[in-house]
Amino acid sequence: MTNLEFTPLVFAISAVAGCLGALTGLGGGVVVTPALTLLLGVDIRYAIGASLVSVIATSSGAAAAFVREGYSNIRIGMFLEIATTLGALFGAFLATRTPTSILSIIFGAVLIHAAWQSSRGRPQDQESQNPDRLAQRLKFDGSYPSPGGPCEYKVDHVKTGFSLMFGAGTLSGLLGIGSGALKVIAMDQAMHVPFKVSTTTSNFMIGVTAAASAGIYLSRGYIEPGLAMPVMLGVLAGSLIGARQLIGAKVHVLRWIFAGVVGVMAIEMIVSGIRGEI
Amino acid sequence: MRAWTDQRLEIVISVLLRTGVLLAALVVLLGGVCFLAKHGHEQPEYHVFHGAAATYRSISGVIGAIGPSDCQAVIQLGLILLILTPMARVAFSLAGFALEHDHTYIVLTSIVLAILIYSLAAPH
Repeated sequence: MTNLEFTPLVFAISAVAGCLGALTGLGGGVVVTPALTLLLGVDIRYAIGASLVSVIATSSGAAAAFVREGYSNIRIGMFLEIATTLGALFGAFLATRTPTSILSIIFGAVLIHAAWQSSRGRPQDQESQNPDRLAQRLKFDGSYPSPGGPCEYKVDHVKTGFSLMFGAGTLSGLLGIGSGALKVIAMDQAMHVPFKVSTTTSNFMIGVTAAASAGIYLSRGYIEPGLAMPVMLGVLAGSLIGARQLIGAKVHVLRWIFAGVVGVMAIEMIVSGIRGEI
Repeated sequence: MRAWTDQRLEIVISVLLRTGVLLAALVVLLGGVCFLAKHGHEQPEYHVFHGAAATYRSISGVIGAIGPSDCQAVIQLGLILLILTPMARVAFSLAGFALEHDHTYIVLTSIVLAILIYSLAAPH
């Protein structure tokens, strides 16, 4: 296959991944890497590098729309970014020392989680019971717009959230994904930040987290221009289309399709990893 | 008052982010068209990992290589612009917290910025 055939193919795959990622809220990065490695036989390190770059593009591109709605909490985001960026550095260092077969198996496990998350849909908001003193010192408490006027919320379990965010950052740096699902869990489930605030703040954090490992990926030669070009442009185009289609799309049907596709990929990644084919 | 200032700051930042991504995408696209025009009939070899060429692994290398004869360097410049976009976002947040005289967040944001600069500037 020549570049003239390969590039449009990669662009198309990436656009579909970006569109699905935006529609389901799970991000395109998690699908691009298995698609490139399993379908096109791309080395997983090149795939991870290209995927990471596309993650920065979608996170930053989508931020403008989210911010205007007034949901994201910049203080929670900035504080937790210390954990995610440190984790991302650690993850990127680990990635250069981990055999590709192990990377593939870990990727499969993350995909299984993504499939489960996708089929489950949105969890219930839990009200904070005993607000954290640290959260008050860091001025985390905020409000978000709702039909009945501004809705106040309080935050707790800051330390648990911070530790989980380090883990999310490590996975992001190790696998070149946004790990938005884990970031949302850390805020929404552990810290009791409302779901809408969690998802929009997480989206903001993804770009900064990915930028922290991108420097290491770049110097290790993971970011190959000929491959990263169609992946970045494809995922970005797909995610912009996906974000526009969000209203009116049958999201629950899509969630099941996405869960199915991701589930199959998960098994393939794990099997290929165990057989040592990746 | 605080929420209002934060909100305004966020809107400025979001415009910055979108502009950065758009600019990066345009540069990548330009480099991509040039790359396909020049290397369209070559076979890509991404199934074996060699790592990107040494010139494409650092900001100084990419800037030094840029020119009509090196299309991959143009793509890589676009990707570096993209990596710099979230960094610019953190730098803007730092300026915003400085305007608000929020000392806790000036320190926290500086830490994040330092980590990002370390990742991009330090040799690994």
